[in-house]
Parts: sequence; C-alpha cells; structure tokens
Amino acid sequence: MDGFPILSLMMAVPMAGAIACLFVGANSARWIALIATLIDFVLGMALWANFDQSGSGAQWQFQEYAPIFGKFAWALGIDGIALMLIALTVFLMPICIGASWRAIEKRVGEYMAAFLFMEVLMIGVFAAQDLYLFYIMFEAGLIPMYLIIGIWGGADRIYASYKFFLYTLLGSVLMLIAMMWMVHEAGTTEIPALMAYNFDPTVQTWLFLAFFASFAVKMPMWPVHTWLPDAHVQAPTAGSVILAGVLLKMGGYGFIRFSLPMFPEASAQLAPLVWGLSMVAVVYTSLVALVQSDMKKLIAYSSVAHMAIVTVGLFAFNQAGIEGAMMVMLGHGLVAGALFLCVGVIYDRLHTREIARYGGLSINMPRYALLFLFFTMASVGLPGTSNFVGEFLALMGIYQASTWVALVCTTGIILGAAYMLYLYRRICYGEQINADAAAMPDLSARELWLLAPIAAVVLWMGIYPESFLAPMRPDIVALEARLAPAAPTGDAQIKLGAPKSADAAHHEDVAAPSHSASGEAH
Amino acid sequence: MIGLQHYLVVSAIVFVIGVLGIFINRKNIIIILMAIELILLSVNINLVAFSVFLNDMVGQVFSMFVLTVAAGEGAIGLAILVIYFRGRGSIAVDDVNRMKG
Amino acid sequence: MIQLIVLLPLLAAIIAGLGNKALGKLPAKIITTGALFAICAMSWSIFIPFVMGNGEAYVAPLFTWIQSGSFDAQWALRVDTMTAVMLVVITSVSSLVHLYSWGYMDEEPDQPRFFAYLSLFTFAMLMLVTANNLLQMFFGWEGVGLASYLLIGFWFRKPSANAAAIKAFVVNRVGDLGFMMGIFGTYLVFNTISIPEILEMAPSMAGSTIGFLGARFDTMTVLCLLLFIGAMGKSAQLGLHTWLPDAMEGPTPVSALIHAATMVTAGVFMVCRLSPMFETSETALTVVTYVGAATCLFAATVGTVQTDIKRVIAYSTCSQLGYMFFAAGVGAYGAAMFHLFTHAFFKALLFLGAGSVIHAMHHEQDMRYYGGLRKSIPITFWTMTLGTLAITGVGLPIIGIGFAGFYSKDGILEAAYAAGGAGTGAFLVGVFAALLTSFYSWRLVFLTFFGKPRWAASEHIQHALHDAHGHGHDDHATHGHGSEEANAPAQEHAGHDPHGHETAPAHMATGTGGYHPHESPWVMLVPLIVLSIGAVFAGLVFHDQFIGSEGGIAFWQGSLAFDSHLMHAAHEVPTWVKFSPFTVMLTGLAIAWLAYVKYTDWPQRFVAQFGVLYTFLLNKWYFDELYNLLFVKPAFAIGRFFWKFGDVGFIDRFGPNGLAALVVQGNKVTRRLQSGYLYTYALVMLIGLAAAATWAMTR
Repeated sequence: MDGFPILSLMMAVPMAGAIACLFVGANSARWIALIATLIDFVLGMALWANFDQSGSGAQWQFQEYAPIFGKFAWALGIDGIALMLIALTVFLMPICIGASWRAIEKRVGEYMAAFLFMEVLMIGVFAAQDLYLFYIMFEAGLIPMYLIIGIWGGADRIYASYKFFLYTLLGSVLMLIAMMWMVHEAGTTEIPALMAYNFDPTVQTWLFLAFFASFAVKMPMWPVHTWLPDAHVQAPTAGSVILAGVLLKMGGYGFIRFSLPMFPEASAQLAPLVWGLSMVAVVYTSLVALVQSDMKKLIAYSSVAHMAIVTVGLFAFNQAGIEGAMMVMLGHGLVAGALFLCVGVIYDRLHTREIARYGGLSINMPRYALLFLFFTMASVGLPGTSNFVGEFLALMGIYQASTWVALVCTTGIILGAAYMLYLYRRICYGEQINADAAAMPDLSARELWLLAPIAAVVLWMGIYPESFLAPMRPDIVALEARLAPAAPTGDAQIKLGAPKSADAAHHEDVAAPSHSASGEAH
Repeated sequence: MIGLQHYLVVSAIVFVIGVLGIFINRKNIIIILMAIELILLSVNINLVAFSVFLNDMVGQVFSMFVLTVAAGEGAIGLAILVIYFRGRGSIAVDDVNRMKG
Repeated sequence: MIQLIVLLPLLAAIIAGLGNKALGKLPAKIITTGALFAICAMSWSIFIPFVMGNGEAYVAPLFTWIQSGSFDAQWALRVDTMTAVMLVVITSVSSLVHLYSWGYMDEEPDQPRFFAYLSLFTFAMLMLVTANNLLQMFFGWEGVGLASYLLIGFWFRKPSANAAAIKAFVVNRVGDLGFMMGIFGTYLVFNTISIPEILEMAPSMAGSTIGFLGARFDTMTVLCLLLFIGAMGKSAQLGLHTWLPDAMEGPTPVSALIHAATMVTAGVFMVCRLSPMFETSETALTVVTYVGAATCLFAATVGTVQTDIKRVIAYSTCSQLGYMFFAAGVGAYGAAMFHLFTHAFFKALLFLGAGSVIHAMHHEQDMRYYGGLRKSIPITFWTMTLGTLAITGVGLPIIGIGFAGFYSKDGILEAAYAAGGAGTGAFLVGVFAALLTSFYSWRLVFLTFFGKPRWAASEHIQHALHDAHGHGHDDHATHGHGSEEANAPAQEHAGHDPHGHETAPAHMATGTGGYHPHESPWVMLVPLIVLSIGAVFAGLVFHDQFIGSEGGIAFWQGSLAFDSHLMHAAHEVPTWVKFSPFTVMLTGLAIAWLAYVKYTDWPQRFVAQFGVLYTFLLNKWYFDELYNLLFVKPAFAIGRFFWKFGDVGFIDRFGPNGLAALVVQGNKVTRRLQSGYLYTYALVMLIGLAAAATWAMTR
C-alpha cells in the first residue's frame, strides 16, 4: 500500500456519496449512503490490516502531502491512536445509516448527505497532519451535526442545535489564535513537528488553556457539559450515536494529540484542574443521571461521567492511564452508541423517551432485553466488556498519580451501576403497565444486525483487548516518554521500613519500578 | 488679489452648506440630492483651484470626471426617487425610515 | 481438563441462554445439568489426588488479557489445593442444585433462562477460584455478581425481586470499589498482580509505609484492608451485609447455590488465597477478626427472631461467614476453608430443604404458617434435621466424632482461643453465637415440623386451594410479597417489612384449612439426600487434611499460610474450651425446645417483656433504614438538586441562556441607534470620518 493515497480515498468515497445523495430520491439515497459507508468500512479494515504495529517502523504511516498555499498543505497521515479512532468511525457509520433507514422520512437525500459529509470530516480530523487542516475539519464537523439536530431532531431541536453550536464554537476562536501563534513561533504547521517542539513553559500555559477551552467543551467536561444532554435528547437516533460514538472522542483525541505532547509542562501544571473537574463530573453527573426520567438524557449524563474517566486517565501521565483512556473512548463509543440505538429501537415504536411509559419489556421483547442488558452491563463496566478494560487501566493509572482522585473516580462504578440498573429495571423489568408498550414487537432482523456486531466487538475488546492496544502501544510509549520529564510525582510513594529478614537487593527490585523511585520527596 | 485661500474658503462654505442640507433638511429627498450636488461642486472647486495653483492639468481633468459622475448619480437618484414615490406615495424624509431597527 | 471444567458451564449457558425458547425446556435442562455433572466428576478426580497427598499444583495459561507497560494480566487457570477444594464445593453443589431445580422450577415457563443463568454463575465462580492473578479473580468476582443479580431478579415482574437484585449489585459494587483500589495499590507496590509473585514478595514489604489519601500508612495494612473491603461486600460482612437477606427474593435453589454455598464464600476464599499477604499485617488481621466476630454475633441475633424461613437461613449464612472470617483473622486459614467446605454442604442442604418445604407449602415462606410438617414431608424433615445437627455442631468432644459442623466450627473456636489476643474476644463471641445458632436452627425445625398445622390462614395456601388444579405457583410472582412494596424511587431498600409479631396472633388460626402438603418429587429429594451425606461425613472424613497440624501441611502444600503451630495449639486447648461449644449447643436446643414445643407461650411473653429489644432485632438493627436515610434518599435528593439547581438553574441560566438573554437585552439598547433616517447615518458617518481624519492629521 506504499504511496497509495488510501486516506484521501477514504475521504473521497463518502464525499462522492454525499454529493450523489443530494440529487437522487429517498430510496436511492439510502442505498448510496449504505454502500459508501460499507466501502469505507472495508477500506478502514484494509488500513488496519496494512498498519505496521510492530513499533519498529515509522510512527506516522500512510502519509500524504500536497501543498496548497503558503505553509498550509493537504497533509494526512495516521498513527495507531488515529487508526483506532478511524476504525471506530467507519464501523459506526454503516450502523448509523441502518438506524436511519426507516426512522427518517423527510429530506432523506439531504440527511444521508449530511451523514456522509460528517464521515469525511471525522476521518479528516483523525488523519490531518496539518494544524490548520485539523482546525478546519474539527470546526466544520459542527455544521452537519448542527443541521442533523436542527432539521431532523425532536420538538425542541432549534434550542438544542443553537446550544450545541454556541458551546462548541466557544473555544474554537481561542484555539485558532493559539494555533496561529504556534505556527508563527515554530515556523511549521505540521503536527508531528509541533509535537516535538518545546514551547516556552510560561507561554505553554496560555496555549494549553486556549486549546483546553475547545477540547473541554467537546469532551464534554463539567461544567461545560450541558449542551450534551439537550443535543442528545433532540438529535435523531443516528445523530446521537455518532455524537456519543465519535464526536465526543474528538475532544479526547485533541488532548492526546495536542495538549499533552505539545504542552507537557503546562499539562502537568494544570493537571490538578483537570482532575478536579473530572472528579466533580463523575460524582455530579452520575447523581444527576440517577434522577432522570428521560432515557436519552440519562445516557447522555452517563457519557459525561465516562468521559471524565478519560480525562483523568490522560492526565495520569503514565502508560496505563493513557491506554486506559483510549480504551474507554473506544469502548464508550461502542457502548453509548449501542445504548442510544437501544433507545431508538423503542422510540421508533412508541415515540416517547419517557422511561415511565415503558416497563416489562423482557416479556414481549426478550431479544431486545438481552442485548440491552448486555450493553447496560458493558456501560457499568463489567469485566469481560470493553469498558472495564479502559476504566480499569485509566483508574489504575490515576492511582499512581493521586489516590484521592482514584478513590473519587472509582465511586463512579457504584453510581454507574445504580443508575444503569435502575434504568434497566424500569424499562425491561416489572409488570407490563402500559398496554401499548406491551404490544411492541421484538427486534426486527435489521435492528438485530445493527446491535449484534457492536455486541460482538464489545465482547472482543473486553476479552482480548490486545488487538486494540497493540497498534496504539508504540505511540503511547512515545507520548509517555515525552511527558516523563514533566509528569507529577504521585502521592502513593512507598517508603521501605527497616528490613526484617529479606535482603536489601530484593527491596530494590521491588521498589524500583513505577513511581516509587523518587519516594523520598513526599 | 484673490488667492488660493479664497477659493478654498468658498469651497468649504459650499461643502458645509451641502452637509447641513443633508442633516437639517426634513422635508424632501430631492433637497438631499441637491445637497450632494453641492458637496460635489465644492470638491470640484477645490480640484480646479489646486490645479491652477499647482499648474497641473490633472485636477481639471478630474473635475470633468466628477461632473460626469455627478450627472449620472443625480439621474440614478431621481430614478430611485420616482420608483420610491410610486411605491410609498411620499418622498418626505421623515417617512423614509424603513431601515429602522 | 481444568479448561474443560471451567468452560463447559459457559458453553452450556450460552447454548441454553441463546437457544432459550427455540431450544425448549428439556434440552436446555439436559445440556446444563449434564455439563455440570460431567465437570463435577472431573473436579472430584482433581480433588482426590490432593487429599491423598499426591496432587500436583499447576497453572494452565490461556491467552493474554490486558497488557500495559509492566502491567500484565493473563487469562490462566490455576490448580492447587485451594482451587481443588473450591472446585469440588462449587461443582458438587451446583450440579445438585441444577438437578433440584428440575423439580422446584418445574412449573416455571422460563426454564432455559434459569438454567442458563445457573450455569453462567458456575462458570464465573470457577473463573474466580482458578484465577492466577487478581484481575481474573475480579473478573470472576463481578461475573458472579452479575449472575447473582440476574438470578435474584429472575422473577422480574416482582418489584421486590428487582429491588433486591439492584441492591445486591450496588452494595457489592461498594465492596468492589475497595477491591479495585486494592488491585491498584498492589500493582503500585509490587509492580505485578500475579498472585504467586505478590505472595512471594509480600513479606519483604512488611514495615514499609505508603501514601494513601494524603496520609502515610503501613503499606500492607492499606492493601489488605482495601482488598478486605471487597471480601466484606461479597461475603456480606457487617456493614455491607444488607443485600444478603433481601437476596432471598430469588428462587430457593439460587439461594442455596449462590447465597449460601459458593458466591458468598468468595470473600473468605480471597482472604485465604492471599493469606501470606494478610500475615504481614497484624492490624489487617485484627480488623478481619473483629469484623468477622461482629458479623457472627449480629447475624445470629437477628436470625433468632425472623419468621421467614429463608431469611433465618440467610442470617445464619451471614453468621457462619463471620466464623470463617474470624478464623482467617486469627491465622487459622485451614479452619476457615474447612468451615467453608462443610458449610457449603449443610447450608445448601438447609436451603434446599427449606425449598422443599416451601414447594410443599405453595410458596408460603412464613414459618408461623407451618407446623407439624414432619408427618407430611418426612424425607425433607429428616434431611433438614441432619443439616441442623451439622450446623449446630453436634458431636462428642472427647472422642471427636460428630457431624460436619462439629469439626469445623469447634476447630475455629479452639484456634481462636489458642491464638489469644483478638482471638480470645472472638472465641467468646463465637461461643455465644453458637448458642444463638443452636437456638435459631432448632427453632426453625420446631416451628416447621413440630406442633400443630397452622396454615389455614396463609394467603398462599388459600390461593392454592381456590385454584382447583393447583397451578398456583406459576404466577406467584404477582401475588403475595409483590404487592407490599411497589414504588420507586426507594427501590434500593426493598426487603420485607416485618410481618408483625412472633407466633400466633389472633387471626392465625391453627388448622390445615383443608390443605395437605405433599412430599417433593424425587429430583428434589435426591440432592437433599446426597447433601445430607456430605453434611454428616464431610467433617469426619476430611478434618485431618484441612486442620490437622500434620496433615494440613501436606494437604495445603503452601497454597495458603497454614500455621501448623496454631493448629497444634488448637488441639491442646483446655477441656472446658472443647466442651463450651457442646454445652451451648445443648443449651440452645433446650431453650428452643422449651419455647417452641413445650411452652409455646414463651415467645409471646418474651416479646411482651423485651419489646424494644425484639423490635430492634426484628428490624435487623435498623441497618436498612439507616442506609436508606444516609445514602439512598440523599443520592436522589442531591441528584435532583444538581440537576435542577446546578445544571438548569446555574450553568444553563448563566451560561448559554444567560448569554443569549444578554444579547437580546443589549440589542434593545443598540436598536435605538438604528433610527432608519438617512441623515442620522450620514451624520454618524461624517463624525466618524472627521474623527478619523483628525486622528490621521494630528498623529
């Protein structure tokens, strides 16, 4: 595959599909969109298959470079982290198209075009190697999502779409200014070069905060999370899936690609801020999720809590934390997406998101109940599912940095179990209190084919996560090395007592790894 | 001896009359058009005066351009007025406030 | 072979679960039960060599699970003496419970699901006990939690069952928080989570200190206590015990398998598995001892006044787990494992016996509606009596022959006495709890099987009688208990409200009301008989291996920290120590006989005399009410507060909505400038121009 512009091709296919969709009828548009996304899925798998994960090769692969003007260039290229997120994107897209197959009836061509354009931009964000190209892709992603919520959304869609737009636009101007300054200072727009550039630590803080404004909203972190529940509630099912599945990951990707490697000192300096916001987010949004009466809102709030685990993992400054954060992002992308699909399935039948209108679905929809239970358990972080791997590694990482943060964030597993099981109980268990809910048919073959692949991948990620961790490992090791000089020392330092019987050499063996080496300081 | 400054003073007076004609006038848009002509006239006086004073023909040539453009502008202004009058039935300045926020 | 043992139940669960209705009831039952009996046979073939002293410990690796830097968790199956013991316990009880469920769940329409859950549970439990690293143990730990959640909530139409299921899961998660933190800490300290490596390195860490939550503590104490919180959750120790009695909402075979014999003992297993680690921290062991002793006492006191037959046994389980923990706390891990082993048999027997009674009584679980059943269901009566003899520890102290509980419980008490220190207190508490154990166990037997029939007024029996064809119990889910508690959001604290007062108030007429209980079918009686053999002989046959000061070393092969000296000392305790459990056992029996057979007005007089104490015990020391007040209600209230006042009232109000309002307000001011008159615009333009020109000229 050397020299073959596969990344550009992956962006060209949905782009062509999007243009075609605008000019054809509803049914053709559906098929065009499905075929385009499936082609992209195949291309994505080919990308993965040809990706050199040994770590001995180049960090950046499949690079393309075409100057446009000045320093600005069409520069693409991926590392393992981007590869995984692109794989997530191309995996979820056909499912989104499938989820919209019957649910969308007006302006189908435009809808499909918006989704395909969205896919172009998402791949672009993860593949961009030019700072400005990234910015354009990152911000342009708002447009199709704004349209999807604003045109095909629920009753209160205009409010939600404006809120979404305003929030996400909030930080981007600051980010653009910071980018301009960086390009001016470093003299290059290439992301790999910028990742190795050492900015002045005092300036780093400002640059970090400018980027933080954008990524924190996208993530979303407390207290700039309130756009997410509204956007999710109003968006059509597929919109929620892609929003939870991929768009939120752009924030995490931004942290891992820009904030951490470009401003390591500032990241370390401001890590307590991130930790604090994440701790609040875990407890706060979990409790809020507990009292929701709207299914989508509940899952949206749970997303905020899960994303807080991502941020603490990233700002743990060690390999376990960052790998865990990546796994949470991938796992949450699948599981939250699947949960929104599950909500969509019953929303399509009864047209309400009110939890109280359902009940006893295990009786008339056993297959649905089984899959919903599976995704509920995955969301709760049951070992053997994708989320557990991520949450465990991320929390283990943060434990090495701060035991307090680890303790508070780990309470998320209790609260998460409480609100998810409470949701499941109200929807699937109990008596069939509503006659119309009791009359709903079980999953159709189409819906089963949307959910089953996600379930399979979630299980795969939970039992053999190595397939997903291996491509990212060299990049995360490199990132950890970049962060190492700035990384804060943890509070859990071991201080050996008077040796009782064992020999001293053995103590050294035990104490040397992890962060214990510099233990005397604390 | 009538020097440059006399011309400039006349020009300035004509300009101010033109400007005031725009602001103070509350009656008729045609007066505004006439006031604009006055302003252009004052510019022309300046151009010609400097042209003579500096002994440079470009100023006088330019004043011819201005005259031409002023004629065109007057014609277009009157045309708009006529259309506007047909539509609204009034060209009183106080009635023309459709741009009010 | 170990791979087969672990994975067969999973396979059976998947087939039965996904096949469900398409597969049909009988194939699902045959597949799961067949798989279980097969692995049961295999497990005994692993266990017997260990008993003979020629077993070989090994680890069967499967494949990589999680790798991250130096963190390396593999899927691997470990076989050693402890695993072998647990394998036998799990597969034996589980296979018998599968068989028993053929009869007990016979009228249930959803059987494939039930059997799939049971097999899934068995798989998870086997993963737990064969774990070679802490993470795989955690996998099994959560897996059994899931299975327990599903099985408690098996009758999902019943609100109380759902509430109990959620409560079980969430309370267990509190323990899991400790377990997870413990794993994090262990990895930080030892840089590995492989159990053998940790145990090898643990002694070298003794005396070191570690920072935790901003203060410095002894490293091993922190780690052990964090892990012990996990054990407390799973094993329902005082503080985190509230889920266990409520878990009785599940079908009775589930209670026997999960909430008596296997899952709840996982905490004990964990402490024993990590015993070399616990040995390095005196403080942690003391805490384990005190928590165990406190639970033992607490649960026994509550057990004496409960009227629901399953709840009595549930509190009894809780109490016996307390014994196991303080045995581990005083360093007698062999005794803890031994009691775990014997307890599995006799407690499963008691539960299944109770199930048989309940089955005969059409799902009536209140002992006040029983009475005189020994004639109607004789086999159940005899097997349960054997179980009661075993749990109360009947045996002859000097000769040393007795039922299973005699060896294990007396072993624990003697070891506690011999250990001294915290052990002495535990010994005294343990002896007192033994008195209570004897009392409530015999009370159960006397109330159920002796006296006159009292079930005429029972709702369940009434229901069965009115339902001419006796199909009463299909829909038991919708009747009876279900109606007591219906509404969310206080669902976390379900459980039964106490039904009023001990023994017959006025409305409880004696008499049969025309209903005659029948003995359960043979598929249910066979497991009872097999288990009663275990309850009688498990102690006699295996006591030398488990707790013998010589035999123990050969048997355990270092798979737990076996203290031969302590065990030796335990055999040499003064005679009064040996006789004390025996004496209190007889006392308890005597009181129970007097109060429930001879002078049946005693309980009422006791209630009249000590009303406050009685209410306190009946309400389980008010733990549920306390937790509800402290955690559940505030969680909902705070959640609502954060939502309404935090998100909506503050962030949105001053954030996006506030900004939008500001723009609107600001526009109201600025729009006045937009007069619409050309001349104003021109004036502004001119002023601006003049200003600009002035600036340009004077600059």
